[in-house]
Amino acid sequence: MTTPLLEIEDLDVDFRLPDGDVAAVKNVSLRIAEGETLALVGESGSGKSVTSTAILRLLPELAHTRGAIRFHGEDLLSVSNRRMRELRGDRIATVFQEPMTSLNPLHRIGDQVAEVLRLHRGLRGKRARTKVIDLLDQVGIPDPARRVKSYPHELSGGQRQRVMIAMALACEPELLIADEPTTALDVTVQAQILALLKELQQRYGMAILFITHDLGIVRHFADRVCVMRQGELLEQGATKEVFATPRHAYTRALIDAEPSGEKAPVPEESPLLLEARDVWVRFTTRRRWFGHDDHFAAVRGIDVTLKRGQTLGIVGESGSGKSTLGRALLRLLESRGDIRFDDSDIAHLDTAAMRPLRKRMQVVFQDPFGSLSPRLTVGEIIGEGLRVHHPELKRADRDTRVQEALEEVALDPAMRRRYPHEFSGGQRQRIAIARALVLKPEFLLLDEPTSALDRSVQATVIDLLRELQRKHDLTYLFISHDLAVVRALADSVLVMKEGRIVEQGTTRELFDHPREPYTRELMRAAFLSDAA
Amino acid sequence: MLTYTLKRLLMAIPTLWIVITLSFFLMRIAPGGPFDGERKLPPEIEANLMAAYHLDESLPMQYLRYMGNLLQGDFGPSFKYKDFSVTELIAQGFPVSLELGFWAILLALLIGLPLGVIAAIRRNSAVDYAVMGTALAGIAVPNFVIAPILALVFGVLLAWLPAGGWNGGAWQNMVLPVIALAIQQIAYLARMMRASMIEVLGSHFIRTARAKGLSETKVILHHALRPALLPVLSYLGPAIAGIITGSVVIEQIFGIPGIGRYFVQAALNRDYTLVMGTVVFYGALIVLLNLVVDLLYSALDPQIRYDD
Amino acid sequence: MPMTTDSTPYSGKNLPAGSPNPPDRPVPVAGESLGREAWRRLKQNKAAMASLWLLMAITLACLVGPYLLPWGLAEVDWNAFNVPPTLEGDHYLGTDANGRDLLARTLHGGRVSLSVALVATLVSLVIGVLYGAIAGYLGGRTDNLMMRFVDIMYSLPFMFLVILLMVVFGRNILLIYAAIGAVEWLDMARIVRGQTLALKRREFVEAAHALGVSDRAIVMRHMIPNAIGPVIVYVTLTVPKVILLESFLSFLGLGVQEPLTSWGVLISEGSDMMESAPWMLLVPSVFLALTLFCLNFLGDGLRDALDPRTR
Repeated sequence: MTTPLLEIEDLDVDFRLPDGDVAAVKNVSLRIAEGETLALVGESGSGKSVTSTAILRLLPELAHTRGAIRFHGEDLLSVSNRRMRELRGDRIATVFQEPMTSLNPLHRIGDQVAEVLRLHRGLRGKRARTKVIDLLDQVGIPDPARRVKSYPHELSGGQRQRVMIAMALACEPELLIADEPTTALDVTVQAQILALLKELQQRYGMAILFITHDLGIVRHFADRVCVMRQGELLEQGATKEVFATPRHAYTRALIDAEPSGEKAPVPEESPLLLEARDVWVRFTTRRRWFGHDDHFAAVRGIDVTLKRGQTLGIVGESGSGKSTLGRALLRLLESRGDIRFDDSDIAHLDTAAMRPLRKRMQVVFQDPFGSLSPRLTVGEIIGEGLRVHHPELKRADRDTRVQEALEEVALDPAMRRRYPHEFSGGQRQRIAIARALVLKPEFLLLDEPTSALDRSVQATVIDLLRELQRKHDLTYLFISHDLAVVRALADSVLVMKEGRIVEQGTTRELFDHPREPYTRELMRAAFLSDAA
Repeated sequence: MLTYTLKRLLMAIPTLWIVITLSFFLMRIAPGGPFDGERKLPPEIEANLMAAYHLDESLPMQYLRYMGNLLQGDFGPSFKYKDFSVTELIAQGFPVSLELGFWAILLALLIGLPLGVIAAIRRNSAVDYAVMGTALAGIAVPNFVIAPILALVFGVLLAWLPAGGWNGGAWQNMVLPVIALAIQQIAYLARMMRASMIEVLGSHFIRTARAKGLSETKVILHHALRPALLPVLSYLGPAIAGIITGSVVIEQIFGIPGIGRYFVQAALNRDYTLVMGTVVFYGALIVLLNLVVDLLYSALDPQIRYDD
Repeated sequence: MPMTTDSTPYSGKNLPAGSPNPPDRPVPVAGESLGREAWRRLKQNKAAMASLWLLMAITLACLVGPYLLPWGLAEVDWNAFNVPPTLEGDHYLGTDANGRDLLARTLHGGRVSLSVALVATLVSLVIGVLYGAIAGYLGGRTDNLMMRFVDIMYSLPFMFLVILLMVVFGRNILLIYAAIGAVEWLDMARIVRGQTLALKRREFVEAAHALGVSDRAIVMRHMIPNAIGPVIVYVTLTVPKVILLESFLSFLGLGVQEPLTSWGVLISEGSDMMESAPWMLLVPSVFLALTLFCLNFLGDGLRDALDPRTR
């Protein structure tokens, strides 16, 4: 075996925090050969990003690193700062997760790319400019000669990530560290960026260390894979082998955590529960002192019908208006159009008249950290709806109902005395579900309830939602950008783009035979692994 | 940019109008008048004086007259300094105050900002604690305490510098008042600069800059400094207002013939026109400087567009 | 007004970049509210705690001290004019030119200065919180109009108007309370409005709407308790500003009148006598500076405790 390009040996990283040391990476060893793609996979807190950041020695000062990281045999942990800087951006380049904030907002993008060339290649003036335009062209920035003068805020997230890639490729590095480079992007953009990375890798013959939590991407993209959990490297091997015969139980659980199963459609004769006709939602984007305000229509004339017991999935990318539609249907936003719930018109009810209906239609939001009031105990949070809708309940009765709700979402009822910040993301999402369930609703709006969760946690929440639906004959409106989850949970789907419906149908129909090009593009992007 | 500037200048009109109207009526409803001296003036003389200054007219009439004169740039005559118009007094005092204020702001920036940057870079080190401790002390000890102490120590005990007076703006006379005026702003600026710099140094684009292989000096000078300066820049408006207010005491303590000293004396003497003149003048100045600061801000931050 | 096109120009978070997932912290004691956690963090901050104790000591001395001292506020000791601080005799911090005990006067002055701080801060708090919360909660055009008004108020040369006010209406302590409070509410209004706007968009407020919780209960249960942290911090930082403002006015001869006194008045008297009796300047200055120092330290400590990311 030849010397690997990069060799990590017994790497330990400790964070010296005020309340004691925390080991973020424990005894990790791995190798990357020239030109190969190694995926480092794990859920949040697994230490995968800390490991990759340690390679460039960019960890904050409170991190203490032990072990060896050898690049062409040279130990990066013991070389001088000057030598390290020579390597950074030249031999080893990085693309980070946060495209919106990783570029300096005050410098033109052309200058930011040129800075690397000047630093490592001594290129200046016209030659640097030509090279920058060429690079921007290669990463697919349209009209690069004009775009060099743009500032980051003038570009979209996907374009900013392309600029980051151009910057990373400027000196044709031997190793590219890509730290969740597509996580913050919409699926279609995500697919484009991945294709770009693949193409550039072949052109330049560089190795890629790809950090991700997304197994779909790994399967599609990596030659070899390393699985990490809680700072430890559990398993590594060729991608195909690891996926086919995972040795570690955790790896198997991760693979199995991919949402699976499907929901049987409701019977034809099931009664209508929610029906909306020609719903419009407009936002004021700019108020004028005189004349008309400027408006933006986020939802443009959408029809929705939901039968009792049905799960309707609404999919779309950011800005498609899917969340706005959901809030409008629940009368949390002003809208135009007809909305009927259980055969009565609710579109024109005022707050007071709406109140009795509220307990029948509930909501669970995406952000497990933002959707629970941080200063109330879990018991108070769950009990709040009971105070409104069942003021006759005594404190003790209310407490009993709260405990029942917690048990129903598989949480220890004793936890009702705690505060939200003491819980993990998945637990908080269960609390949010309990808050809705305690009122015994018929209809539940689920707005990306699993999107902020790790895959393995996601799977348990999906199972919970399924079970609750069966048990209480619930009707779900499930909003998500994640097609895999929608496929597993919904029996019919509605695809939205720019406030309009692109396509709708039963889940099976739509996933097996998408008719519209946009739907097909979404599918292709979302199920990279299946296509490959 | 031009339309924005014009719009802002237009916005200044109601602001100034409020200042003028408020101070006009405040002065007029006050008990006592400008001619309540030690001894009572004979009624006919007082009537003559009142007529000469149009004080015998109805209040709305006086108000309209004042506004009319103001629009022609005439602040009216001073009631106490009988031979001078308010415009002349301001023209005399302003250059002095301006010189004092200018050097104080400059000193505050030249010392405060670098101190803040150093403290941010050496965060949680002895240097940081020393700078921040001193800064806190600078905020806690008001300038009217510092000024007399400076005057006592350097003016009287050591006799290195004059303890007061202006002497036509000789630099020796300026040192102590400028320092006294600047200290508090140095402290504020250092604290703000540190906080802002720390925030920027923790941001993602700084990580990007480091990942490019830039040296720490270049990272700070090229990438961190300008974004860190932006929030500090927007504090410059209040800082200038603070220096102007501070100059009122400092001019008093060091016996400097600037506008600030006129203002206090005029207020105590009920010299209506002079008080109003100074308030309006300073109001206009603060509005104008705020505009300059905002334009400067837009020049440094491409993300801000003034198309509104 | 400057328009920011990107709502997050910088990362805004103070976790150092490069530690993308902060390693799991030890789980806090079960059932600990955010308030209790903040208090625990504050207790670990030695400077802030020392400041808190010192402040309480100064306040207590000002409240109780005058009853324990042998000399009253305006009592003249005909045997002791201009006596420097001494441990012999009973003028521990000396006397002024009129033979009045400086310690007694400083403690009495402290009462005035601290009461101004308390009342004026309260005035600014009430106006600012109401104004900011209303603007933020109503939003839209009302908010726009209300904030334009604040912008205009900001550009007024306020100090001068306050001075004018004092001159016109005489040196009345109630007026000082009101005038200073009326100056300081602007920042508070901005902070509270920002908080309200941000909270309004939080999902837990939306969830409360979805539960059918009334507007009043949403404000009381969800908005106010969550906006209170920054307000407390800002109040701690307003108090020293107010004390400073009062002493500034007093120094100019526009503050409280004889026989009342305040630290500002004493400093003003002291600076006239500086060469012959420096203690007359130093004693009240030390009390003032110490109080301001402690308040600022405490404010910084509170901010760190309530928002552990910034440090």
